[in-house]
Amino acid sequence: MTLLESKAWSVLSEVEDPEIPVISVVDLGIVRTVVEEEGILKVAITPTYSGCPATQVIEDSVVDALKAAHLEPFEVKTVLSPSWSTSMISESGKFKLKEYGIAPPADDSTDKMALMGEERQITCPNCGSKDTKMVSQFGSTPCKAHFKCKDCLEPFDYFKCL
Amino acid sequence: MNDNSNRLNVALHLGDNALILGHRISEWCGHGPVLEQDIAMTNIALDLIGQAKMYFDYAAEIEGQGHDHDYFAYRRDVLDFKNLLLCEIPNGDFAYTIARQFYFDQWHFLLLTELSNSEDERLKEIAQKSLKEVTYHRRWSSEWVIRLGDGTPESKEKMQRAIDDTWYYSGEAFIPVDYENGILPIGLKDQWMKNVKEVIEEATLKMPTDEWMQEGGKTGNHTEHLGFILAEMQYLPRAYPDATW
Repeated sequence: MTLLESKAWSVLSEVEDPEIPVISVVDLGIVRTVVEEEGILKVAITPTYSGCPATQVIEDSVVDALKAAHLEPFEVKTVLSPSWSTSMISESGKFKLKEYGIAPPADDSTDKMALMGEERQITCPNCGSKDTKMVSQFGSTPCKAHFKCKDCLEPFDYFKCL
Repeated sequence: MNDNSNRLNVALHLGDNALILGHRISEWCGHGPVLEQDIAMTNIALDLIGQAKMYFDYAAEIEGQGHDHDYFAYRRDVLDFKNLLLCEIPNGDFAYTIARQFYFDQWHFLLLTELSNSEDERLKEIAQKSLKEVTYHRRWSSEWVIRLGDGTPESKEKMQRAIDDTWYYSGEAFIPVDYENGILPIGLKDQWMKNVKEVIEEATLKMPTDEWMQEGGKTGNHTEHLGFILAEMQYLPRAYPDATW
């Protein structure tokens, strides 16, 4: 990694997701690659959900942050492949989600089970109980499902696997 | 027709399906039967409109005339649209919306599964991304067919009526048109019938058997409903060209 690339990574790790302002676009796995080519910094980002309204805001924030750090000249490009998956969220990102009150995505196999119609266990981010129930597969943003805890009775968001 | 114009038409066909159905479902925003389902439909609409953007970006690149995705959504007229008729029929009651979504999602899922191995690199990327979202759509609409069909006598009657009336629009997807040749998969109908039948039977409903199907959307021959959608959807960009926030 060149000095410029490492500087860019550290700048980008400060750029927050507009909907979940405790987690950075690097933690979320939105920033795919940062490469220096012939003195130009090339940053590739990927959308989470196709229709996520935050996508454009994130791209603008990335551009603003790179400008503010005087890292010009740079290019920010959107790539579709490999398509974003919740497994691209870093371990520290998952921890920050939970601290913020959003249940982090369970491992991939759990949701495949769910898609086959089997029940899955999602831990309540408030009280830690495993006795929770899905209210709706679709929640407050495209990336979340809506759950409720049967122990502490609090509703909560679950960052669903994609 | 050359290869490029076929690819352009396919990108528009897929983008138009997503845009028009996305717009239709978004009409439920604020009118859903319960809050959770209002949110579910808005989410599905968002996914579809996001997918439309990806197809239209691709169409713009193939066309190479400096247009962007908004051009394809807002600056074309009825005859230019290539969506399935299924996508444009009105929402009706909740059962009609579910029946339309169910037939579409079952096809869309199979189509994207095949396109995930397409030789067309871009269609492959878009399909791989969209398939993850459509897996959730298909589960949602299938569950509702079962819940309403195997529900109260009233919900059952309404779901059966919606399944029957919408049926005539479900087959167009399987009737190939020239521009699809070699780009879109063929032979999805058997698997679709099998999957649809499974859900309809679990819902204790009767599977429609009529074989005559309405068609024309893929080549620009639409129902009268599309013009009304476009009138609403395109009003602002046509009244105030190049308006920005």
